[in-house]
Amino acid sequence: MNNSRKLKLQNELKILANLRNDPALLGVILFTLVLVTFFIIIPLYNILMESFTTDRGISLKNYRDVILMYGNMRILLNTILLGLVTSSISVVVGFIFAYVTTYMKIRFKRMFDFIAILPIISPPFVVALSAILLFGRVGLITRGLLGIKDAEIYGFHGLVLVQSLSFFPIAYMMLVALLQRIDPSVEEASRDLGASRFKVFTSVTLPLMVPGLANAFLLVFIQSIADFANPVVIGGNFTTVAVKIYQEGIGNYQFGTATALAMVLLSISISIFVLQKYYVSKKSYVTVTGKVSRQRDLISGRNVTLPATAVLLFFTFFVIMMYILIPIGSFVKLWGINYTPTLEHYRYILKPKLFKPVLTTTTLAALATPVSGILAMLIAFLIVRKKFFGKSFIEFTTIMALAIPGTIIGLGYVISYNKTYSLLGATIIPPITGTAFIIIMAFIIRSLPVGIRSGITSLQQIDPSIEEAANVLGASSRKVFTSVTIPMIKNAFLNGLIFTFARSMTLVSTVIFLISARYKLLTTTIMAQIDVGKMGVASAYCTVLILIVSVAMLIIKIFVKNISTE
Amino acid sequence: MKDKIKVELRNLTKTFVTNKNDQVRAVDNVNLTINPGEFVCLLGPSGCGKTTTLRMLAGFEIPTSGEIFIGDRNVANLTPDKRDTAMVFQNYALFPHLNVYDNIAYGLKLQKLPKAEIRERVDKILKLMKMEDFALRVPSEMSGGQQQRVSLARALIMESGVLLFDEPLSNLDAKLRIHMRDEIRKIQKQVGISSIYVTHDQEEAMGLSDKIVIMRDGTIQQVGSPREIYQKPVNEFVAQFIGRANILEGTIVADNKDRVSLDIHGVVYETERTTGHGAGDRVKFMIRPESFLIGGKDFTAPVTKSVFMGSHHEYEVELFGKIFEISENNPMRKVTIDVGENLSFSMDPNSIHILEQ
Repeated sequence: MNNSRKLKLQNELKILANLRNDPALLGVILFTLVLVTFFIIIPLYNILMESFTTDRGISLKNYRDVILMYGNMRILLNTILLGLVTSSISVVVGFIFAYVTTYMKIRFKRMFDFIAILPIISPPFVVALSAILLFGRVGLITRGLLGIKDAEIYGFHGLVLVQSLSFFPIAYMMLVALLQRIDPSVEEASRDLGASRFKVFTSVTLPLMVPGLANAFLLVFIQSIADFANPVVIGGNFTTVAVKIYQEGIGNYQFGTATALAMVLLSISISIFVLQKYYVSKKSYVTVTGKVSRQRDLISGRNVTLPATAVLLFFTFFVIMMYILIPIGSFVKLWGINYTPTLEHYRYILKPKLFKPVLTTTTLAALATPVSGILAMLIAFLIVRKKFFGKSFIEFTTIMALAIPGTIIGLGYVISYNKTYSLLGATIIPPITGTAFIIIMAFIIRSLPVGIRSGITSLQQIDPSIEEAANVLGASSRKVFTSVTIPMIKNAFLNGLIFTFARSMTLVSTVIFLISARYKLLTTTIMAQIDVGKMGVASAYCTVLILIVSVAMLIIKIFVKNISTE
Repeated sequence: MKDKIKVELRNLTKTFVTNKNDQVRAVDNVNLTINPGEFVCLLGPSGCGKTTTLRMLAGFEIPTSGEIFIGDRNVANLTPDKRDTAMVFQNYALFPHLNVYDNIAYGLKLQKLPKAEIRERVDKILKLMKMEDFALRVPSEMSGGQQQRVSLARALIMESGVLLFDEPLSNLDAKLRIHMRDEIRKIQKQVGISSIYVTHDQEEAMGLSDKIVIMRDGTIQQVGSPREIYQKPVNEFVAQFIGRANILEGTIVADNKDRVSLDIHGVVYETERTTGHGAGDRVKFMIRPESFLIGGKDFTAPVTKSVFMGSHHEYEVELFGKIFEISENNPMRKVTIDVGENLSFSMDPNSIHILEQ
């Protein structure tokens, strides 16, 4: 045992010594360690410490407040209830979509995939905004079609609708990937043994999918309880923990309560994430059945496929309408009252002072994109291919960062970097809240985990010996990475870049803590407009945002396509 | 062409620590010399340490202790790109985003050679491999055999001191495997590069090597020419691993400097001395199935298996409570004996090989 430890340490030291010959690799490792430490670990640590700090020293008072104050407890239960309902609906809808598109011979498949992209390229409150335009007091459907005068979309039901529409694509994409990996011969075996199609579904397909469904459920749950924008926009009196953290922290300067609430939310998110990643994911049966041996015979009976297509199309049109409504809304005078076409909202936002947030956000997002995109691929490369000291630390924290609600990161930055750190009278770190730097860091930290995950997934599918071949032919680690790894994982790299840009443009939760008079961001500007009821202006901003993201997607695609091997 | 290079492994050890903190000695104090221009196969069952040894040679694994000399330089702690080695991988490991020409030119481009020289050398090697027409194809457009040729070309063009092979033929079908095996041997002889080849296929090892290294549990069992390994295995493991072998016991009844007389259940054979055993010692010996003389009078036993295999006929007989494997070569027009009937046979005294343990 002891001897094994010594040997392990000796191995580590050898690897470390070898890194000296590889300064590029060592540099990336050190940079990543610093990044993770300063922008994930220290902020979380400070939240933890702050949550135990009160006027009278260290105590559990803040937690007592969270549990005993009736309001806080209800908010906590609200959040969990919302998570449970949203996840259930999302998984059911997502599964129907996934099953129909994988098992049935139907048309419009590409359109169903398209709705999965929409939530990525648009800000998180777009669906909420549309829901208000459709079902609010002056909503197109509620007031215009049905003539209801006092329709109430704000609250729990509105939030469930909006969150389900936003998050079911997550479940859909995940379940499609799983269903495609089920070997059709397993189901054929069941048919061959005398099962009807329905029996195959209930006795083979569904049981095989149970871990996958649980997985999707938990992932949506994490998203739902972390969601900040939708509850703010459409929650009304129904408050969630993420919103309350912001109100306490930024609104009331009650950092004690805010941090204690943050710790509660964080522990829920992290526990569920750990449960999902280290328990449920491992239970997957799908991987046991291994490679798909042949193509599946799709269900082609029209009596089944036609109704299925109809249901999916109805859903899809509904979702697409939620997104299309925004540009439409930006071209009418006053929604619900006066539908005269106008450009006045655009003229309004094009005033230099009002257009500045658009430029600021785009610039900062453009700065964060290459850094995060490249770093994500590098970290994925390190995690999958290299052995080094601190690897499991980097792997765990960067992947776990997926589960940390954005508000908590934002709160952590405010607590940690709103002050001057000095040593012997000299300033080491000046206050960096309110600077462009911290906003860019927030963009990077919020998008990095997704990039890393997609990098890891594609690297794991590539035989390491291809990179070893380059290495043995004389390429250094750096050369291997640029000339072989990146071209092979081009798609993951592309997705990482696109995701980073889109995420940065649309991020609300984290950056709402960090904006300043100097650096106003687009999303928070839009939310302020919604808050004062200027739906037309908000819609115009949203439309511009979606346009910018779409154009950027095209540019990035063209750029990555042209990555040459030289 | 560069000078041929000698490779030496000295006290090479690699210990892995498993997740449960157990230690596994994948390679245990291995000493081996590969002479300049020699073709050496590392052969053994899976988990014997042959691949780990090769990966330490290439630089993918750092040895726990010991030295690796390529020429007169100890490279044990160098990264793969700093070593004078080239490698052919089991799954070809071609760069999927590059065509054949660029795959082969990859290493030369890293050396920043002039374009004209690269072109000349790539063309030459493509010609050697008879792959001129494939220069612009990408790996996904080629068969396994073609891909492996490119992989070989990509390694050969480096003109490095040592060529390493990691089971390069195991993904090919049987016929192609034999063809490629001959091709590798031919080209290796032609360029005269010192080569180390890992395989678990004994036929491949026999067909390729100047020298075979039999490994088991991280240690070298025997080093020798294919003939030595097959005819004079040092122990039961080597005997069983290469070809088929009957391991039997007998008692030495007389011995002198070169020869011993061995009593096998009452029949005495005189054979060559291979161990230090003397009169009175009980020893294990090996005899190959093809070394029995069918129709001989020394033993008679009932047949328990009788299978016609084309080139030979396989028998199993039960004698002294053991199953003997006996094969008759060229069974054309010979009388075959069915299960249940008796088979009479003798042993060829010169084919009896006494084992160390």
